[in-house]
Amino acid sequence: MNNIAAMLALSCLFFLGSGRLRLSIRMASFQGVLLGILALVAGGLKPSIIVLAVSSIVLKGILLPWLLRRAMNSTCARREIEPFVSFSASVLSGLALLALAQWLVNRTELLTPIFSPVMLTSAYFMVFTGLFILVTRKKAITQTLGFLVMENGVYCAGLSLGSELSMLIELGILLDIFVGIFLMGIMIFHIDSEFEHIDTDKFNDLSDVILQTGGEKE
Amino acid sequence: MNILYLLPGLPFVFGIASFLVSAEATRRLLLIISAVIHLILTLSLFMPEVVVEPDSWLIADALSRLFLLCVSLLFMALAFYHQFSSEQTPGNANAMPQKMQFFRQPEKVFAASLQFFLAAMSLAVLSRHFGLQWIGIEATTLASTPLIYYKRSRHSLEAAWKYLVICSVGISLALLGLFFLAMAMPAGHHDFSSESLSFYATYLNPQWLKIAFLFILVGYGTKMGLAPMHTWLPDAHGEAPALVSALLSGALLNCAFLGILRVFQVIQAAGLTIFADEIFIVAGLLSMATASLFIFHQSDYKRMLAYSSVEHMGILILGMGIGGLAIFAAMLHVVCHSVVKAGLFLCSGNILKAFGSRKCDVATDLKRRLPVNGALWVTGFLAITGAPPFATFLSEFLLLKAALDSNKMLVAFLYVLLLSAVFVGMLGIVIKMYSAPSQQSELDKIAFKEEIFTAVPAAFLFAIALLLTFYAPDSFMAVLKDATTSLGGKTL
Repeated sequence: MNNIAAMLALSCLFFLGSGRLRLSIRMASFQGVLLGILALVAGGLKPSIIVLAVSSIVLKGILLPWLLRRAMNSTCARREIEPFVSFSASVLSGLALLALAQWLVNRTELLTPIFSPVMLTSAYFMVFTGLFILVTRKKAITQTLGFLVMENGVYCAGLSLGSELSMLIELGILLDIFVGIFLMGIMIFHIDSEFEHIDTDKFNDLSDVILQTGGEKE
Repeated sequence: MNILYLLPGLPFVFGIASFLVSAEATRRLLLIISAVIHLILTLSLFMPEVVVEPDSWLIADALSRLFLLCVSLLFMALAFYHQFSSEQTPGNANAMPQKMQFFRQPEKVFAASLQFFLAAMSLAVLSRHFGLQWIGIEATTLASTPLIYYKRSRHSLEAAWKYLVICSVGISLALLGLFFLAMAMPAGHHDFSSESLSFYATYLNPQWLKIAFLFILVGYGTKMGLAPMHTWLPDAHGEAPALVSALLSGALLNCAFLGILRVFQVIQAAGLTIFADEIFIVAGLLSMATASLFIFHQSDYKRMLAYSSVEHMGILILGMGIGGLAIFAAMLHVVCHSVVKAGLFLCSGNILKAFGSRKCDVATDLKRRLPVNGALWVTGFLAITGAPPFATFLSEFLLLKAALDSNKMLVAFLYVLLLSAVFVGMLGIVIKMYSAPSQQSELDKIAFKEEIFTAVPAAFLFAIALLLTFYAPDSFMAVLKDATTSLGGKTL
């Protein structure tokens, strides 16, 4: 249990420190598989748990990474160039976020003893990482990955808090997430063909507040 | 077989059918059939004889019925609007990448997504289980993204992307909140619904309940368009086709509001009302203030309406925070705002079609060019800003009365101040559009002709807002009152 938690946290740090999209996608798919295994470890070998774990692995570990990899190949984006926060600074902020996550877990008293407090720390850390990536990275595809990591974190928090919604609900949630990321993937194709780039920081035509993002706009 | 399952179920089936049908006329007909059946089912829920027992998934209590009525009424008006009007076919649909044949048929995707959107909203409104409600609300985001992207332009793509990402992230936070809420439940309790949690509220852990409430407020608040999480809203409402904006504003925002209300019921049962009230009041006033700032000198009339939605969501949340009679006012305001705002958006669609521009400077002299829509535009403006004799006046006035009764002088003062600010801001724009002589002479050469039928749905919606002031059917009043009491409010 703790091993899986540590691996999840490490994969987030990798995510923060890397500019290579291929690696980031691989990390996201690794997380999907880990979460599936985690569900099995936490819930035991009941049929409903197995269905959930398998669908989580198939959707998050295989299908979504495949889709994102296709999006990446067709848009010819390989690296995240010039993020708002440099990669080494991202890793450092990641460590700070990890500390914050640990602090949060210590702050809140838990009602029922949970399987593993480390797990909960990792879960919060994943949510923070996802949000951090969403805010600091420019490429639409990286933002999608950020959302996926955040969603993995939320799922992981649900698992470690032991909050059992029924299986149908969990499957519904999984399906919603899948369709959401699927839509984002499709939109990446469209953004690419419309704008000839997938940098979302140039997305400010509509804004009422004109923000100048750096000097590169001139 | 529970009748409630038909409400989300039928539109879903119709949505799949829309994909299979190739003729556009048939798809529009399907839309109307679906809307009519949905409205009949909804109205049948208002009959006192019809008693629908909730099961563990769906419920039709007063709150659900009230919000369902908004969704259903609007959808009906929109289906007819869609039938009468023909939005231009997106110009560059054929420029899509070759691989995506499927997305080269925008009308087909549009019709199907509308049906799925109706299904998702019905599900969100009728769910009893918190998890199911989350699924419904997230599904509304997914179903409406293709609708916003209907025009296939750069701007609509930008709007749709922002909408999808911001709302999905917000809703994930709400899911985290739901997990915390589940954490607050005593061990062995499995019925994860507002009803049952309220019943066992004393056994819930207050600390986790508060955390859960905050997360859910931020999460669903994003979707509802509360400031400062409203940034997606003006873009999406501005770029989407008129009837989609109308649905987003009039029905979708309410669904998210209901999500917050369900948790509020639990909070209230647990005796944490004061905690929630303060947050509601601050959030409400902040939204109103943001909207009033951005409405001034807004150059785009659809965005003006969008900011007005932010303002009205602020009013709703503020009403919940003030409590007592204000909750009744908020419930009434939900219905009024829905019908009026949807009518205004439909009207803006007609204006947009005539002028081909969303700029207030271009679409001027409505008095002469588009007399019918111009008159409706002004009527709608009066209705949305809460001028008497519209029912919005009633609800906004009751809210003020409640604030004064409960001795919240500062809140009442700010509320009136912000309402007037929005009124003045919108007044300037509307007057300019209605009567200012045109500056661009080439527009004078275009012969403006109005299709009267496209104005009918908007007129119908405004008529409802007017009618509610003078006469409300008993069954509607009963539902309104039940909804208020279920939120701990006082009725008239």
